[in-house]
Formats: sequence, C-alpha cells, structure tokens
Amino acid sequence: MDTEERSAGDRPLTIKTPAQISSAAPRPLSNFLKATLAVTWKDLAAEFRSRELFSAMLVFSLLVILIFNFALELDIKTRQSVTSGVLWVTFAFAGTLGLNRSMAVEKDRGCLDGLLLAPVDRAAIYFGKVISNLAFMLIVEAFVLPVYSFLYNVNLFKAGLLLVILLGSIGYTAVGTLLSSMAVQTRTRDVLLPILLFPVAVPVLIAAVKASGGFLTGDDFANILPWVNLLIVYDVIFIAIAFMVFDYVVEE
Amino acid sequence: MITVKKLVKRFGMKTVLRGVDFEVQPGEFVALLGPNGAGKTTFLRILASLSRPSLGQVNVAGYRLPDQAAAVRARLGVVSHLPLLYGDLTAEENLRFYGRMYGVSKIENRISEVLQMVGLENRRRDLVRTFSRGMQQRLAIGRAVLHDPDVMLFDEPYTGLDQDASSMLDDVLRSVAAQGRTVVMTSHDLARAEDLATRFDILSRGVIAASASRKELRKSNLLEFYKKALAN
Repeated sequence: MDTEERSAGDRPLTIKTPAQISSAAPRPLSNFLKATLAVTWKDLAAEFRSRELFSAMLVFSLLVILIFNFALELDIKTRQSVTSGVLWVTFAFAGTLGLNRSMAVEKDRGCLDGLLLAPVDRAAIYFGKVISNLAFMLIVEAFVLPVYSFLYNVNLFKAGLLLVILLGSIGYTAVGTLLSSMAVQTRTRDVLLPILLFPVAVPVLIAAVKASGGFLTGDDFANILPWVNLLIVYDVIFIAIAFMVFDYVVEE
Repeated sequence: MITVKKLVKRFGMKTVLRGVDFEVQPGEFVALLGPNGAGKTTFLRILASLSRPSLGQVNVAGYRLPDQAAAVRARLGVVSHLPLLYGDLTAEENLRFYGRMYGVSKIENRISEVLQMVGLENRRRDLVRTFSRGMQQRLAIGRAVLHDPDVMLFDEPYTGLDQDASSMLDDVLRSVAAQGRTVVMTSHDLARAEDLATRFDILSRGVIAASASRKELRKSNLLEFYKKALAN
C-alpha cells in the first residue's frame, strides 16, 4: 500500500514500480485511524444536519415501549422480570432501522463506491461505520432509558446494566454493520437485513437479556458473569471476523 | 499508463467481457463507446478496482490489479453518473472528507483550488442537496481530482445534464485533460466524445471491436466509424 501523503498539485507524480511497492513499509496505524475517524465524522455531521436516522430510531423506540406498556399491564414484580426483554426488543428493532438507513445512504448516491475508491484499508471504513452506528444506538438508548424508567417505574440506572447495554450494543452494531453492507447490495435490502441479522445476533441478544435481567433483579454477580463474558467474547469474535472479511463483503 | 490483456469478466454464467485488449498511453484522452450492455461500465469498474477480473491482466499506472488495488486507487480519479457526494454535507465538507480519505496534505488550500476550478467557489458552504444536477456533477469532478490523480475514469458523465450544464462540463473536462492526465471516458454522446477525445475505442459484445485515433478519423467521421465497427 502506498505510504506517503500526497501533496496535491505537485505534478508529475513519481510512479513506484511493483517491486518498490512490495518492499514498501505498511501504512502507518495513524492513517488507518484518520480514515476511521473521517468516516465517523462524516456520518455524524450528515446526521446532525438531517436527523433522519436518529428521529426515526427514537420515535420507533418510544412507540415500542409505549405499546409494551399498554400490552403488559403487570404488577411491579412481573414488570421487573420482563423489563430486560422489552428493552432489548426495542433496542434490536430500532438498531436494525438505523443500520439499514445508515448503509442505504451510502448506496443511494453511489457514495459506497466513493468510499471503496479511497486508497485506505477497507477495514477502516467498517470501523468508521461501526462507531457512528454505535453512537446513534447509544444516543437513542440514552433517551429511551429514562422514558422506560418513568413508564414502568423501574430503576434502570445501575452501573452493571449500563455496562451490559454498552457491550450488547457493540456486538449488535459490529455484526449489524457487516451484514448491512452485504444486504445493501441487494434489491431486497430492507427485508434482507433483519432476516440475516436476527439469527446471527441471537447469542448477543440472549446474553444481553439474561445479564440485564440479572442486574435488574439483583441476582448474584457470579450468576451474571458468564453472560457478561459471553457478550465480551461475542464482541471480540465478530469484530475480528468483520475486520478480516469486510473487504470481500463489499467487493462486487 | 493502462494496459489490459485478454480481460474476461463473468457474472455467474453470463460473460460480459470476452477477452478485452486495451492500452492507453500517458496523456491520452480515450473515448470508450458502445451500445447499452456492451460492458463499458463493467470494464471501467474493473479499471477502478471496484470489481475483480475473472481472467486476464490489468495494469493501471504501473500497478497490477487486483493485487495492488490500493496503489492504483491512490492514482485514480473516478466520476460516474452518480455524484458520489453526500447531500447533507456542504461542498467543502464533502471535499474535506474525501481529502482525509486520500491523505491530501494542505487540504484547505487544495479545496479552494478545486472549487475554483469547477466554478463552485461561491457555493462552498451550501449543502450539496441544494445543488442542481450540473453543479453536483462539477463538484463530483472536483472530488475526483482532489488528490491530483494521474488517471481519470469518467462513466457517462453527461447523463441527466441539460445543454448548459453539459457545455460547462465540457470545459471542466478539457481543463482536467489539459493538465496532462490520462482520461478514459465512456459515453453515448458521439458529438461530445469526438470533440474531446484523442482516441476512440468501440466496445461491442464484450470486445474492443475497433480503435482509431483522431488523426485516423479525419477521413471519415466518428458516426460512420462507430456504425461500421458495430456492423462488423
């Protein structure tokens, strides 16, 4: 990979021979990070202007918890036991909405090609998208939690629960971003993403629901720890897999 | 600058390119012409490293594809009929983003240079979604030349442009070529291609059916040459 920054306007350019290329030093990590941050900045700046994705995710989430609130007219004890399930159903559905839209924006105006044409490691594009998708999901969760607490009269502001929400969201967006970049290449992308994502995300959702439930009911930490460990392992494995395969997934 | 030998591209059972041989010298402006479905876009996507060849050799700017795709991409500017720009970012934000992705140094100066070149200096802080199709296409060219590439690929750049916007794009294309860049452009507009290009290649049924330089075409016009190539 080309190593030096190019000063635009300084023509003619020296062309390296293939032998020089193969002996060139690998691209510094800082360039990878710069590209990752550039993609994240671009997504956040565009969303800050349009608020299309965020408003859709937030309204959808609030509607889901409102519907559950009326559907599950339960006593306080039962409410605590269903809280984790309702929360994660809300986060998963809203997250899918956001993941679909985030990639559709890239595809609609050909911007995905624009990203793929950049001379950067394509994993940097993946990580940039994961960070922005995660940011959108966490912002929506930050709005949903107080509303849910109020409607269901459940205290959700516990350090353990917040950690589980963070770990679960990382796993969900890591695998979701990878699968949405696959689904976006198809004509049935809106339908395809949930069909691909939910089966693959089952481990992270189960672990997140169990761990969240444990923290909410005040269960022993020893009982919760295996689920938290599963979340961490899932996050690491799927981020590693995505790092290795993203280049092939986005290639025509 | 570009060398393609026996290039084959298959999508499943369908063969789109059937052994394309193609060569472009530094500084040449080649118009790649052909009917719909001839494989022009597929061919350009392979040159742009967006698609892998099934068989054959492809070298761009001294680098082999697909093995040295990142090195090729650093020396390549691509403009398609889609703008490849973000509507919710301003013109300068779009260029700044792509500048960061290409590792362009002195980015702010370069953004001003490029916006001036494409005549959008006074719209630099406007959102791209408020631009007309012609303005978006000019900004797309600005995006493509931002990192000062050696090779430019244009895939049907006139699609959807009115007469005024097309004339303006002609001027931008001429200035891009005048800076010594190698240009390959696909188009259905024979008149524009004849006006701009220094060589004309006809892609038909997945192969280069005919090729002629501007000098060679003096005897006949491009339309006759095109019709004859397709008839053969």
